[in-house]
Amino acid sequence: MGLDKLLRKKKATIVRRWFDVVVDTYPVDTRRFLKSQQDPFANPVGRTTMTGLKHLYDGIVEGMDRETAATHLDPIIRIRAVQDFTPAMAVAFVLDLKNVVKSVCNEELQRGDALPEWLRFEHRVDALALTGFDIYMSCREKIFQLKADNERTRVMQTFARAGLLKIEPEADANSGAK
Amino acid sequence: MSDLPNREAFFSNIDHSIPTAKDWMDTLPVDIRKGIACYAGNPKSLEYVGLPNPRTWSCFDEDWQLPENWQQILHEGFKERLEKFRSFKVFMDICVRCGACADKCHFFIGTGDPKNMPVLRAELLRSVYRNDFTRVGKLLGKIGGARPMSLEVLREWWYYLFQCTECRRCSVFCPYGIDTAEITIMGRELLNLIGLNIDWIATPVANCYRTGNHLGIQPHAFKDMLEFFVEDIEDITGVNCMPQFQKKGADILFITPSGDVFADPGTYTCMGYLMLFQFLKEKYGLDITWSTYASEGGNFGFFTSHEMMKRLNAKMYAEAKRLGVKWILGGECGHMWRVINQYMDTMNGPADFLEVPVNPITGTRFENARSTKMVHITEFTADLIQHNKLDLDPSRNDHLKVTFHDSCNPSRGMGLFEEPRYVIRNVCNHFYDMPRNTIRESTFCCGSGAGLNAGEDMELRMAGGLPRANAVKTVHEQHGVNTLACICAIDRAALPPLMEYWVPGVEVTGVHEMVANALNLPGQNERETDLRGEELPQLEE
Repeated sequence: MGLDKLLRKKKATIVRRWFDVVVDTYPVDTRRFLKSQQDPFANPVGRTTMTGLKHLYDGIVEGMDRETAATHLDPIIRIRAVQDFTPAMAVAFVLDLKNVVKSVCNEELQRGDALPEWLRFEHRVDALALTGFDIYMSCREKIFQLKADNERTRVMQTFARAGLLKIEPEADANSGAK
Repeated sequence: MSDLPNREAFFSNIDHSIPTAKDWMDTLPVDIRKGIACYAGNPKSLEYVGLPNPRTWSCFDEDWQLPENWQQILHEGFKERLEKFRSFKVFMDICVRCGACADKCHFFIGTGDPKNMPVLRAELLRSVYRNDFTRVGKLLGKIGGARPMSLEVLREWWYYLFQCTECRRCSVFCPYGIDTAEITIMGRELLNLIGLNIDWIATPVANCYRTGNHLGIQPHAFKDMLEFFVEDIEDITGVNCMPQFQKKGADILFITPSGDVFADPGTYTCMGYLMLFQFLKEKYGLDITWSTYASEGGNFGFFTSHEMMKRLNAKMYAEAKRLGVKWILGGECGHMWRVINQYMDTMNGPADFLEVPVNPITGTRFENARSTKMVHITEFTADLIQHNKLDLDPSRNDHLKVTFHDSCNPSRGMGLFEEPRYVIRNVCNHFYDMPRNTIRESTFCCGSGAGLNAGEDMELRMAGGLPRANAVKTVHEQHGVNTLACICAIDRAALPPLMEYWVPGVEVTGVHEMVANALNLPGQNERETDLRGEELPQLEE
């Protein structure tokens, strides 16, 4: 069986293990909750992660454009960008898919003829990881923009309260504070 | 079937690591992270209201410049509060660590940090309580869940007690009714005894004590701002809505959070109040006054200590007494209502110099406010609509697809669920509630309450607000919701950045902004824009 075919066949196992790898980046007491709570509103981190990984896996196996990849990757990275992770830790789970597939499909990968498909798979995962860095940076930039807006609004309002400045509605709208 | 794991996958999922439920104490020292922690209180603000140990310090410093006998101060403070507040003593003793609250906290859900489980946050205090005040704790030590206070424990207290918005969602799920918010309140009160606080609370407290409001707006500037809104409203409607200030003998005193006067988009809600009062004055002769002294509905003393809360709450009633009004109408505020409903009566009450509130237009007697003499404006407006006293054109809000965020304190602190929804449904045509387990008594906090709406802790705010944003995202995707309504000034400040990060395309509004946009004022011009100056939907077609 070719690797692509096998990846389709073992989707459920691989995605479940990939999910476990992502969840294992959280403290032990949190992992149990992330895995067991199925309600998407009670457990947005776990469910968003699971949904995203399923779509991403399909995309990697079947091929997807960058925009689609970003759509499914963004919600996961957006969460990890505000949690207690270094940039590498926030994004590394994408690359972890390689190890998951290696462990699940070890036997098939030993065969020489799987190489071209494996290389293509690896390339897609690498490309997804790079997209992940872009998303991570845009999230962090948004956080810093929100912080800067907050400070700017505070200063402007202090001046306004002191009668030193009249805030024009248009200028205020441009500040992004609304 | 394909999603079911096979045997190998199933067994590989079993967690073989050693349970760490009892090891949470071993995770010290805590790593105080930038983006999560807030800046320390400005010493000038502490001095102004006589809070202990004013000095310039930072939580990222090694030396927190504590008083030499800080442990003794905390121990005695703890003892005093256990004797004074029976609820605190009970909450320290009765938790069986069932874990019902564990996954209900928005900060735990959003950050994934187990110490944000309410049960563990409470254990921070309980562990010291057991060590200092129980025989079992003294005998068994760590095995009995006890530990002595140390600098490391103190840092942990400070870090996690300022990662709780006192929203009380956890208490809804506690089978014993333990109010973990009360534990945070006590913890923060203890920290304040040795000068550990945050500036986003300490400076508003000092401002409020000095000028009557959190932003430190002086009376003339407060009046200027309202007059500025009056000009804007006149430009849009052609009607002058000039309010009365400090009118002695007025029927009603109106008090709202100062955020409505100075921070967008609360300012549009403030314009909404002015228009509603003008309508009621013209039509029914409503006699309502604002005060530039009692110019704050919020009460950041609530996040400092019981004494500070009492001091700041007192001015509202003092002003009502001075002016000789019959009762107080309160604006769209969050924690003001918890202070009023839960604490005011035994702090500064009973307000027996005021009358049981009666709506002078409908005759409705607000029995629920019989003791506090203070009515929430959505109760007041819902009553007016119910009696068909308002002239409304909801089509002016047709461009809005609205959902409603139940602010924690009005919902869990006073049970205000139906009135705001009733008002919204009558002033706009497109309303969609969020999923049931994210609204009403189960509402998720904005992530920025209880003084955490600072800028430096933006990561914490975004993580804490994730469960709320996640529910908004659902109605945004399912129904095209573009407007998040709320009845809290902190929400109006906190939710816009939250939406910008998680659900771009959703604007935040106060309920009375929508009321005013729908309200036909006597003698008004043909309305071309809403209060934000945006063209009305009928005109776009």
